[in-house]
Amino acid sequence: MAETAGYNIDLPPAMIEGATAIADWTLVWPVALPLFGAAVLLMARKHPHVQAPLALAVIAAVIASCVTLMLRIADTGPVAMTMGNWLPPFGISFTADMLSALFAVTSSVLALVVLLFAQSEIEPREVRYGFHQFLLLLLAGINGSFLTGDLFNLYVWFEVMLIASFGLLVIGGRRIQLDGAVKYGFLNFIGTTIFLMAVGLLYGTLGTLNMADIAVNASRADPTTLTAIAALFLLGFGIKAAAFPVNAWLPASYHTPDPAVSALFAGLLTKVGVYALIRVLVALLPAMRIELDMVIAILAIGTLLLAPLGALAETNLRRALGFIVIGGIGAMFAGIAMSVTTSSGNALAGEGGGIGGAAVYAVHSMMTMTAFYLTAGLVERMTGTTDTRYMGGLYGANAPVSILFIVLAFSASGLPPFLGFWPKLTLVRAGLDAAEYWLVAALLVNAFLTTIACARLWSHIFWRNGREADQTEQPNDRLKPLSARALRWGLAPTIVLVLAIVGLGLWPSALIEYGRLAGVGITAPDAYIEAVGLAGGAQ
Amino acid sequence: MASDQDFSLLLTALAPFLAAFVAPLVVRFVGRYAGWVLGIVPAAIFIYLAGLTGFVSDVRPLAAAYPWADGFEFSFYLDGLSLVFGLLISGIGTFIVIYSGGYLAGHPHLGRFMSFILMFMGSMMGLVMSDSVITLFVFWELTSITSFLLIGFDHARQASRRAAMQALVITGGGGLALLAGLILLGYTAGSWNVSDMLNAPGLFEGDAAGLYLPILLLVLAGAFTKSAQVPFHFWLPNAMEAPTPVSAYLHSATMVKAGVYLLARLHPVLGDTVEWNTILPVFGGVTLLTGSILALRQTDMKQMLAYTTMGSLGMLVMLIGVGTEAAMLGAILFLIAHSFYKGGLFMIVGTLDHETGTRDITRLSGLFSKMPVSGVSAILAAVAMAGFLFTVGFYGKEEIYKIITSGNPMDVLVVLVAIVGNALMLVVGVAIAVKPFFGPAIETPLSPHEGPPSLIVGSLILGILGIGGGLMVVEFGDYFAIPAAQAMLGETIEGHLHSLLDFAYLNWALLTLSAITWGLGLFVFFFLDQTRALLRRVAEVWRWGPDQGFDQAMFGLLRGSARVTHFLHHGRLELYLILIFVLLAAATIGPLYGPPILADLAAFFTGTESQALYPLMWFGLSELTFYEWAIILIALLGLLAVVIGRTRLVAIVSLGIQGFAVALIFMLFGAPDLSFTQFMVETLSVVILALVMTRLHLDQRDSRVLEEVVRDGGIAVLAGLGMTMAILSVLSHPLDLRLSEFFEQTSVAVAHGHNIVNVILVDYRALDTLGEISVVMTAGIAILALIRIRTGGPKLGIGVPKKAGTGGSSRKSASARKSASTRSKSRAKSGKATA
Repeated sequence: MAETAGYNIDLPPAMIEGATAIADWTLVWPVALPLFGAAVLLMARKHPHVQAPLALAVIAAVIASCVTLMLRIADTGPVAMTMGNWLPPFGISFTADMLSALFAVTSSVLALVVLLFAQSEIEPREVRYGFHQFLLLLLAGINGSFLTGDLFNLYVWFEVMLIASFGLLVIGGRRIQLDGAVKYGFLNFIGTTIFLMAVGLLYGTLGTLNMADIAVNASRADPTTLTAIAALFLLGFGIKAAAFPVNAWLPASYHTPDPAVSALFAGLLTKVGVYALIRVLVALLPAMRIELDMVIAILAIGTLLLAPLGALAETNLRRALGFIVIGGIGAMFAGIAMSVTTSSGNALAGEGGGIGGAAVYAVHSMMTMTAFYLTAGLVERMTGTTDTRYMGGLYGANAPVSILFIVLAFSASGLPPFLGFWPKLTLVRAGLDAAEYWLVAALLVNAFLTTIACARLWSHIFWRNGREADQTEQPNDRLKPLSARALRWGLAPTIVLVLAIVGLGLWPSALIEYGRLAGVGITAPDAYIEAVGLAGGAQ
Repeated sequence: MASDQDFSLLLTALAPFLAAFVAPLVVRFVGRYAGWVLGIVPAAIFIYLAGLTGFVSDVRPLAAAYPWADGFEFSFYLDGLSLVFGLLISGIGTFIVIYSGGYLAGHPHLGRFMSFILMFMGSMMGLVMSDSVITLFVFWELTSITSFLLIGFDHARQASRRAAMQALVITGGGGLALLAGLILLGYTAGSWNVSDMLNAPGLFEGDAAGLYLPILLLVLAGAFTKSAQVPFHFWLPNAMEAPTPVSAYLHSATMVKAGVYLLARLHPVLGDTVEWNTILPVFGGVTLLTGSILALRQTDMKQMLAYTTMGSLGMLVMLIGVGTEAAMLGAILFLIAHSFYKGGLFMIVGTLDHETGTRDITRLSGLFSKMPVSGVSAILAAVAMAGFLFTVGFYGKEEIYKIITSGNPMDVLVVLVAIVGNALMLVVGVAIAVKPFFGPAIETPLSPHEGPPSLIVGSLILGILGIGGGLMVVEFGDYFAIPAAQAMLGETIEGHLHSLLDFAYLNWALLTLSAITWGLGLFVFFFLDQTRALLRRVAEVWRWGPDQGFDQAMFGLLRGSARVTHFLHHGRLELYLILIFVLLAAATIGPLYGPPILADLAAFFTGTESQALYPLMWFGLSELTFYEWAIILIALLGLLAVVIGRTRLVAIVSLGIQGFAVALIFMLFGAPDLSFTQFMVETLSVVILALVMTRLHLDQRDSRVLEEVVRDGGIAVLAGLGMTMAILSVLSHPLDLRLSEFFEQTSVAVAHGHNIVNVILVDYRALDTLGEISVVMTAGIAILALIRIRTGGPKLGIGVPKKAGTGGSSRKSASARKSASTRSKSRAKSGKATA
């Protein structure tokens, strides 16, 4: 291979022998396909009518690929593939365990639903200026973040995601969107930058960027330095995940774009932050997570308790929903805070622990909140306003939307038998098992306040006939029925998604099992390290 | 029993849900007969369960289990207690469904109503059949949800909405406590199944003893909120905003008894402790007295019944708290009797309301000739409620009074409370049977006539059952009451019920207590108006109660939420940024210097020598050469100029000086690529920033006042210091050069490139480059979009408030658009960036 013999004398093993198995390619398709799909759409920008069908085909292929990957991981454990066949840790490894695959599947499916929903409200000029390209790029960034096994590469996908979401946020070009985009952009860029600084410091400490390699070598480094680095990661990802107290960007921006876009953001973006936090703090730097346990618990409790207050106070429907999204982040943080705390060993305690609960919660939150934003979009279209005080009367006017809303309201509140109940149950179980009573109390109070907030929204928008104050009894004469386009592209996909939520709530065993696998895979990442080919410590 | 039996058992809970899905269709097709058609479902369940009676009471409990999720089972368990509840739920449910069809005939939302009530029925069946505590909890919350929807059924009225919210908040809150309690209980017992817990004696001995009280309190929080015990009782009378069939079914006969069911179910597990035997009778007794006294104050017959229901729930909790054989048998008899007569009375009141247009007891009189069937039913129900001879209620009352024979002062008190409560509730029963039906006829809003069959059949049959059960008390006891009481007690009951005609067992002392009850009740009945007037005068003085407290709490919560949210989400970008930079400083300085500082403080206060080790701070400064110092000096000068620069343009240029100095340092340390990149970036940044500054017409000068300069400067210094310390801390350990060495060795040999940086970019880490290229491409599209789409007005009605909007019609009158954008502006103000 080498041309000059002199270089061969002390050449270390450099390449993985043999070609990558075709089956392993499922690991890169979820990123590669949307990336190239976006490029193709960009070239075809003069043909607006092909944009949506092409994007649909790409996302469908991505879903197929993700599902194959997830089934394979459930069957045989984590999968890894190193770019350019460089021997890990020298090249960039894509590595997926159950947590990655579960999130990737959920995100891709939701992207499909949102793509369909978007057809009910998109304007020609938005298609012309790249809506579908942004959507695919966003999906590439999200899936890349979930599937990569390299810390700097994770940063790159964060950037892809951030800039694509920025594009989606400003594409409407309305004043309120620009205001939201400024806050979203500033705070998220800073969060990403903090993440980058932490990556740099970690590289300086451990000399590697490969996640599996970091997990292997972390125990060798100076713990004080590593704790500071972990704290930086916590801050950076905390901003991305919209945890208390650095979540101001979320309620400021999520309600400004079209409902389809805000649904996508609400469902997916914050969970990437949560994913990264779980990956880095729990799987890679577990000792540092224990150091920061108290801080994470405080952040979790703060998020859990304060977020639903926003949902209670807010009168803009989608802003209120934004606070419910944040509340869910608190629940996931609670799962992280209780992840490896010594369990009592009780046979009844779930094996996946807090991380399993957080993973299932994330899936629930992605699905429920996406559907909730979509439903809110339908509500806004029927009432012609974004302000809950002026909505009203929908209960009589539209039975399907009423059913969607109430199901989602109770699912978001975590009431059984809807999807939201199961992750809450898993988290409460894990918390009680680990004697984390404060976290459990915060989880329950959060559920209580969220129930009140959601029931109030329901009561105001659906039960109340008219607007606020003295006109409540007068029927709302501004209600407009949904157009045929809104029924076909707006209502139908939402109904399908909500049916999936209801189904998963009634038959949760597969999801909970996958959540358990994810939790086990994160707290004991041996198989993950082995898949990359680094078992047995650093070379 | 085979597995098909198991499946049938599950079907008792699932069938109503299936019926609920088709209910709207049924209503659409058969209209006013929907009640009769849908009533077949609960009737079938009732017949199925009735067929199991002998088996369950004689042989053994039935069980069915299916794995559900993560160690939980969807498991059912049918013993005497579940059977009694199941029969009550399905039996009364049948009449309620029939009744609803008549009561809401022609109502546009009758289909929804039937759906809700059938869903509720399924939830309630599931609740009482559940073996797994998780299954139980799922159904428990489902009853709260369906109750919420049913109370708010009359959704246009503010009172209904408030009552629905209140019920959801109270029972939902209790439910959450219950969840924690049940999980802890499961952990303690080592099983999620109640049947296993029942067979595990001494659960709370040894290690688990400390868990008993928390578990008990959590479970009681759930049970007391659901069963409307003081001080959580207030939601129940308000829930009477619901249509009458709902009140009769949920808020009298079944759902509110869920808490009682739970306590009865868990009595063998949690009962027979000092805490149990104290807390329950106290809360139950207070609830009994409160409910029965407040009932007398009302003139609305539904309210009267609601308060007596609350009193009855108190009675049941009190009896379960006593926990003896007599108390349990008394409780189950009382419960059955109560479901019969209270369900019947509610239906009668509903019929009166439906046919006369009022349910105010002072405005109804002399209706017996017009509504004879209802009158007869009412008399039967009142007789049962009073517990007159030969009724089920009578035998229940006798058992309750038997508690006194223990002679324990607490038990004597319980019986005294029970006598007063019974007497006062009797007043209500008699009043509803007598006042509307007898006496002179008076004008009512609607001209009264007897209700249709659907409205009168249920109350009549329930009234007959209340008497008939008493006449056949021995069989009734053997089949229903005693198996149930055994399940509640957790042990076999030796005694049997004896008919009143069986003189050998006649207890004259107990009969005397009954007589006292009747006497007291009738006495109060004759002075009902005076009593009511008295109680109303008291109410005028004593205005505050938990009901008002609830409103205050809710308003407080909303106001507090608004305040907290406004405080945290003020919309001022620069403050958000300040927060992040403060946290950045904390994230670096905290872990590095927190522990030694804390150790020093501890040492200072304990007076010992500090052992704390501070990470290096100034290491390597002495090794700097003079030209390195010079460059650092230039950088610092640049920074100083940034800070003191008067105009922003000067500051931007000065920032460039600092950047160039850094680039020089890169050069000195042998990184020409990096240095070159840095030069480019700095140059471009200064040029672009300067351009932006001139084009955007921003303030030329920094308008910060001194305090802000100090604040921002201080945070900047701290954050910078923190990052510096973090970098120094990293550098104080040897750098692992594995990757660099590998790149050096393989760059030419394997990757065929002499410039390692380039090889890294296009080979080792080519994927990063691909990603970054995508970022640049995306940024390009985004900027294009941003530049081209400058004048976006409100679109499609989404994102901004406006008249109305649908997918296709974006053409609006100019005025509408204008007003919409004005409103959006005012709304956006609170969230406006000042940066």
